[in-house]
Parts: sequence; structure tokens; C-alpha cells
Amino acid sequence: MAFVQNVPFFSIMLSMFSGIISAVLPGKWARRLNTLVVTVVALMSGWLLWFIIRSGIGSYTYMMGHFPAPWGNEIRAGVLEAGMALFICVIMLISILGGRKPLNDEVEHSKHNIYFILCDMLLSSLLALIYTNDLFTAYVFVEINTIAAAGLIMIRQNGRCIEAAVRYMIMSLLGSGLLLMGICMLYSLTGHLLMSNIRLEIAAIMDAGTYQVPVLITIGVMTVGLAIKSALFPFHSWVPDAYGYSTVSSGAILSSLVSKGYLFLLIKIFYRVIGFEYISGSHILSILFLFGLCGMIFGSASAIWESNIRRMIAFSSVAQIGYIYMGFGLGTEEGMVAAVFHILAHGATKALLFISASGLMEVSGDSTDFFDLTGAAYRNRTAGVGFLVGSLSMVGIPLFSGFVSKLLFAEAAVLVPNWKLLPTLIVLAISTILNAIYFLKTVIRIYSPADPAVVAEKGFKRLHLRQQKLFAMTMVLFILVNLVLGVTSQPVIRLIEQGLHHFA
Amino acid sequence: MSEHIFPNIGEAVAMILFGIGFANLLFQKNLIKKIIGFNIMDTAIFLFLAENGYISGRMPPIVVDGIQETTHYINPIPGGLVLTGIVVSVSVSALMLSLTVRLYRRYRTLDLDEISARLRKEGL
Repeated sequence: MAFVQNVPFFSIMLSMFSGIISAVLPGKWARRLNTLVVTVVALMSGWLLWFIIRSGIGSYTYMMGHFPAPWGNEIRAGVLEAGMALFICVIMLISILGGRKPLNDEVEHSKHNIYFILCDMLLSSLLALIYTNDLFTAYVFVEINTIAAAGLIMIRQNGRCIEAAVRYMIMSLLGSGLLLMGICMLYSLTGHLLMSNIRLEIAAIMDAGTYQVPVLITIGVMTVGLAIKSALFPFHSWVPDAYGYSTVSSGAILSSLVSKGYLFLLIKIFYRVIGFEYISGSHILSILFLFGLCGMIFGSASAIWESNIRRMIAFSSVAQIGYIYMGFGLGTEEGMVAAVFHILAHGATKALLFISASGLMEVSGDSTDFFDLTGAAYRNRTAGVGFLVGSLSMVGIPLFSGFVSKLLFAEAAVLVPNWKLLPTLIVLAISTILNAIYFLKTVIRIYSPADPAVVAEKGFKRLHLRQQKLFAMTMVLFILVNLVLGVTSQPVIRLIEQGLHHFA
Repeated sequence: MSEHIFPNIGEAVAMILFGIGFANLLFQKNLIKKIIGFNIMDTAIFLFLAENGYISGRMPPIVVDGIQETTHYINPIPGGLVLTGIVVSVSVSALMLSLTVRLYRRYRTLDLDEISARLRKEGL
């Protein structure tokens, strides 16, 4: 075994221990440790990805504790896992960088190290969700992820955030309760907890034609649980508060990474636990498809009515999660590839939008109201450009990542063999128009010159590039990630296809 | 129907309790009652697991009198899962309770909807 194959284990342990060490460090050093660890994990994941592609092994399993398959715990890594780990580290690094300055005002100085402990724990749980091959381990890390995310919401100690954290916790607990129940039922049906072993048993059950209903209910319970946790349409009530009032970095990390961890686990369950050939024929995917479509329309419509810019971006997340579930719901390989690509595209774009919105708010007296944001892009040009790029990407303008995922969704819909073709295309078109309405409305507002008298009266400041080098750097990095995903999409798509192929 | 349910009465009870806990967590307005609902829900899952692992007439899996064959013992894995689940459940309950304390100190009420209404009025 090559040394690089230890990387998944090392990255989980490294991020977890950095959280423990941060407990006794002052805030500044905790931040430095966090930056170092995220960078190291990103480099290691890149190394692992390169190794897997070069060696052509597709994927490999890694025994934890040297017990063989049915008894021991396992880690499994392939192209998709390593790529996702790399992506998560990159987005997390840039998000924390972009929220560094506002963090001083948002969080008490003595609590800064706690903030970075939560970030480290979040990273380790996301990495564990990506790499683990054991369902119960996945459940434990889902809970760690929930606790860390709730902490990231409530660390800004105002009433709004604590209420948002409580609502987030309640919905998340409902979701993880269902997930745990599903895992237990699956255990009692198959007698295994390792994903690959469960799949063999499920195949045997399906071939024998027994226990069809229990298996269906189990899949349904687990799917609903993860759908609640990743904020699919009817379960999204916690989203606007949780994303809209937390700190800048938290909003970006929560919307672009946390829900994606659950989506990744769901893909894993579909492919590795149940088997895609069984799931693609079941009605569960059709239900997910319908809810995804509703979410696309409803999320965008709510975003249009919203007058708070951060809540608007949060509602847009609901719509984008709807896109991803629509991709799952198509039940084809192409739909899955489109959904995975949209996970990446949305992650890269939504974090950019949240952080650039914070830059716009900073020059508008920290107001989130649309009226105050008039002309904000002239007062802070860097943030204006960032928001423009993010909006164009979400609307689906070529060159940016959002365009490629919309194209992939449309292509996947055309190839679908059943009734799902027409609804997908129609809703995709309507949702794109709605996206364009609220994002371009905002872009026009921030780019229309404000009345100088109002600006002077309210005391809005002006920020130049020289005063915010760090912020400008994050904007450039995010735009670069977006362009890389948008322009060089073909290799990425090929990697996703290859990764899904080796997923089962 | 009854011939299926009676031998599995433990599992059936666990499912009913799960439903009760789930509904309480979802629909109760009072935060403390919500947390109680959550605990009922998780305990129901532990009951379900324990019922799954138990095989009547067998011993707990602790070797004291030299019997090595597995046919004499119940399945120990669900017990391990229950222990892990309890740890998770306790820590989540503690977090929820601490959040509830914070909200109560600030707003002097445990009703989540009332807190939301007041927050909207404050316009924060």
C-alpha cells in the first residue's frame, strides 16, 4: 500500500486534533492553526486525487484497526471522495479568509478560539462523511456536523441567532432521528453496517423477492431524514434565519458546505448501500423529483419577495438544493453527474455571494435592506464585482460554473426515458427566469448611483482596494474557482463520471 | 396482522414511541417539551436496537464459565450501537437545553413561536 493512501485517515484526524488543541490556544493562534490544517488537508487531498487518477485504481478501501471486512470499520476513497475533500477545503479556506475582518465585530474576542474549534470540527466531520464506508460512523459524524453547525450559527450572541440555532437544531434532530431509525432498520434487515456488505445483502433480498416493503420504507426513511437535513423544499423553514443572521463565514460555510455533506452521504447511500439499479426504478426518486421542482419555484419566488439581501441569498439556496434533488430525481447517470456538478458549482458561487454581500453591507452602514444598498457597488468596487460574478453564475451565464450545471441538467432531462422530460425543462426555464429577476434586480440596485445627499446623511463610507487587500484576495480566489469550474468543466465532468462509476 | 405483531411486540412499541417522540419534537411549542420529545424518539430507537439484538434464552455476551460458542450468547453489536447513540443523544440534549436556557434568560418564555414573534417586532 502506498503511503498516500493513508491521507483520508490523516486528514480526519488532523482536523479533529487541531480542534482539540485550539481549545487551549488564544484566538489568533487558533486561527493560524485552522488555516494551516485546512491548507495541509487540501494539499494532501490534492495529492491523493492525483495518485488515484495516475495509478488508475479507481477506488480503494482502507481498514481502520486491521479488522477485516464484516467486523472492522472502513474508509473508502476514490476520485469523487478525494475531489470533494479538496473542494471542501478550498471553499472553507477562502470563506474563513473572507470573513476574518467582520469576525472581530461579530464574535467576542475571547470566543474566537471557540469559533475555530467549531470550524475544525466541521471540517473533520465533513471529511469523515465523505470518506467513511460504515453507516453508523456516518450517523455519528452527521451529529457532530449538526452540533458544530449549530455552534457556528449561535456564536454570534444575539437573540436572532440563538433562535435560528434552536430552529436549525430541531429540524436537524428530526432528520437525524429518521436517519438513525433507517440505519437501524437496515441493520435488522441485513445484519451489516458496512455499506458494501449491506449492498450484497440488499441484492440478495431483492433477487429473492422478499421484504420488498420493509426495504422500501427503510430507503424512504433515510432519504427523508437526509432531505430534512439538507433543506429540501418543504423542510426549509430554518434556512433563511440560519444563513441570514449568522456570521459572514458561517453563512458561507453553512450554505455551501454543510448541506453538501448530507447530499454526498445521500448519493453514497443510493450508490453504495442500496445500489443505483434498484433505486433508479423506485418511486422514492420520483417524489424527490417533485419536491425538488417545487423547491426550485418556491425558493426563487420567496427570494423575490425578500427585502433582506442575506435572506434573499439564503432563499436562493433553497432553490439550488431543489435543482440538486431534481438531478437525483431524474434517476439516470447523467442526472446524477449534473447534480454532483451542481453541488460544486453552488458551493463555489453561494460562498462568493454571501461574502461579497457582507462587503456591500459594510459600506452601507451594516444594513441588509435593499434601499440602503443602492450604489453600494460604487462604494466598494471589489465586493460589487464579486456579487456580479456570483449573480451571473447563479443565473446561468456562460463562462461561469452555474451555466455548465444548468446545461448538464437540461441535457440529462432530454435523455430521460419517461415523463420527467417536460416538467424538468419547463421548471428549469421558469426557475432561471425567477433567478434572473431577483439576482439582476439586486445587481441593478447596487450599480445604480445613490443620491449623494443620502450617502452623506447616513454616513456611508467608501472602501478602496488598498484598504481591503485580504477581502480582494478572497474575491479573486472565489471568482477563479468559479471560472475554473465554468471554463474547464469537461475534465471535471469526466472525473465525476469516473468517480460515480467507482462509487458502487 | 396480529400473528406478525405479537412476537415482535417490542419493535412495535418502539415504533409507536418513535412516532410519539417525533410528533412532540415537531409540533410542541414549548421548548422543554420538544426536548422531551427528542429524548423519547431517541430512546425508542435504542429500544428497537436492543430488541433486535436480544435472542430469547441466551446469555449476555460475557464469557465467565468457559462457553465459547456464539450460539449461547445474544448479539452484542446493537448494545454497542446503543451506547454510541446514548452518547450522541446526551450531548445533543445538553446543547439544546443550554440554548433553551439562553433564550429563556433573554425572553422569559419557552414558547418558540412567541420568541419568533417578538424578534420580528424588534426588527432585528
